Amino acid sequence: MRSKKRNKYAYIYLAPFFIVFLVFNLFPILYSLVLSFCNMDLLSGKLTFVGTENYVRLIGSGFFFRSIGNTLLIWIMSIIPQLSIAFILSLILSNKWFRGKMLLRNLYYFPNLVTPVTIGLLFGAMFSYPGGAVNNVITMLGLEAVDFQNNQMLARVVIAIAICWKNFGFNIIYFTAGINSISEDVMEAAEVDGATAWQKISKITIPLMKPILIYVMVTSIIGGLQMFDESKLVFTTVPGDATTTMAKYMYDSAFVRFQFGYGAAVAYGIFVIIAFFSVISLMVTKEKRDDYGKAAGKRGKRAK
Amino acid sequence: MRTNISSSEARIKKIVCRSLVYLFALILAVLAFYPFFVMIISSTHDNYNIVAKINVLPGSHFKENFMRLTQNINLAKGIMNSLFLAVAVTVVQNYFTMMAAYAFSKFEFKGKKFLFSVVLVAMMLPGQLGIIGFYKEIQAMHLLNNYLTLIVPTISNCFAVFFYKQFLDGALPNELIEAAVMDGCGEFKIFHKIVLSLVVPALVTQGVMTFIGSWNSYLTPLIMLNDKEKFTLPLMIAAVRDSTHADYGAQYVGMLVSIIPMVIVFCFSSKVIMEKISIGAAVKG
Repeated sequence: MRSKKRNKYAYIYLAPFFIVFLVFNLFPILYSLVLSFCNMDLLSGKLTFVGTENYVRLIGSGFFFRSIGNTLLIWIMSIIPQLSIAFILSLILSNKWFRGKMLLRNLYYFPNLVTPVTIGLLFGAMFSYPGGAVNNVITMLGLEAVDFQNNQMLARVVIAIAICWKNFGFNIIYFTAGINSISEDVMEAAEVDGATAWQKISKITIPLMKPILIYVMVTSIIGGLQMFDESKLVFTTVPGDATTTMAKYMYDSAFVRFQFGYGAAVAYGIFVIIAFFSVISLMVTKEKRDDYGKAAGKRGKRAK
Repeated sequence: MRTNISSSEARIKKIVCRSLVYLFALILAVLAFYPFFVMIISSTHDNYNIVAKINVLPGSHFKENFMRLTQNINLAKGIMNSLFLAVAVTVVQNYFTMMAAYAFSKFEFKGKKFLFSVVLVAMMLPGQLGIIGFYKEIQAMHLLNNYLTLIVPTISNCFAVFFYKQFLDGALPNELIEAAVMDGCGEFKIFHKIVLSLVVPALVTQGVMTFIGSWNSYLTPLIMLNDKEKFTLPLMIAAVRDSTHADYGAQYVGMLVSIIPMVIVFCFSSKVIMEKISIGAAVKG
């Protein structure tokens, strides 16, 4: 009786969250959808319905697809070194004999906290031509200074390096937690059986870490596809807009060229791409989970 | 005899292996620190030295660079704005998301399943999806350049609700609340006196993350604010490049200033941050 009465309070507790959610999350999303079928007059703010014109332009113009390509390229160039370096370092840092773990872990992690704006300006300045810090090193080695900003591929590489630098420390902590959760018994048993350090890594740690590795890889694509800050900030102009990611393209359409209707269409285009990759990543992680569960059945259960 | 030789060989091999491992870890540490090194050293040199040579030792132009930077932007104002926003967002967001999580965790009510699945689905939506509609909505409400638009919408953080619900499920015994109800404790008193005091560890963990996220956020303030007086520090730092062209000395000082607050936060909460990331790994593993 009393508890039933109490349960009404739940709505009061939920109210602020859901009111804000409806007003500032759901409504803007639906309003964007409406906008994407309209053109907005800049001065009067009047909406005129144009049907699917914005979407036709989105698919027809080629700029959007180019921005998808840029995003994926930068993502791949940053995620592969990022995860491999992070995994190797987390293996190293999980060794008992390794001294200075805490110091190094903090050092690797700190870039993750730096304001994206600062990362953008910092890498832009470091890789500037001809007098950036990196070019100063290159010329000291007797090589010719490289104009990173005006080379499409190199400009992308610099952004990938910036993202890699920012995130690899985060993944080290993530992986270390995974490695530490491997039960001591398994490791001790392997030691008793005379396994070498390399055998322990390749036969126990890596197979048991595989689900986490795959999980991080596929989920990072969802964040990667929304990449904006670095794309906008590292270099101000790159030939052929080679570093313009999807989110940057949306921003430029809406807030630089003030085509809000088209920008909203781009936002939904991005949403479709992200949904597509989310579904793929969900399928991949689920499948791998099952494999892992079957292969390591009992061991997995006991560890939990 | 033979075992002796092989064991000493193995020992040498072990030492070589371990030093290679140390070397690798150290090289990466140097690479990770290098951008900071460039930032710190360059901020103390004049523009000619920054561009013309590799600087290893600190120079003597920090003061001049700093003066040129503060001529262009109101640095103190930016720091105060960012700090105010970060604190306000942290308090408001975590207070209200904890409330919602408490309702999901400890109450049975009509529509609970549906509402929670809304939270779960909303977690999967990319944050940029509605941003143009959001801008137009705020513009229609005449709230551009108002900090409320950067504070209030952060209440609907589904990740925080999910995290707090998990925590409350495990850390807050139902009996405790029932006992409080028996004693005639009012609903809001229960929430403020009992629940909030028991969830401090989770609040700290999530709060640090909220603070960092708010301090670093760029896209939303960029769109919402165009009054220079209201700029957050990241917006000001970004504006430095536009207003100073190739004045790298001033730019490096600006970057340096922007990371100092994060260094302070990190000194006090590195353990909390590491724990929060590790919790994520444990859930997924």
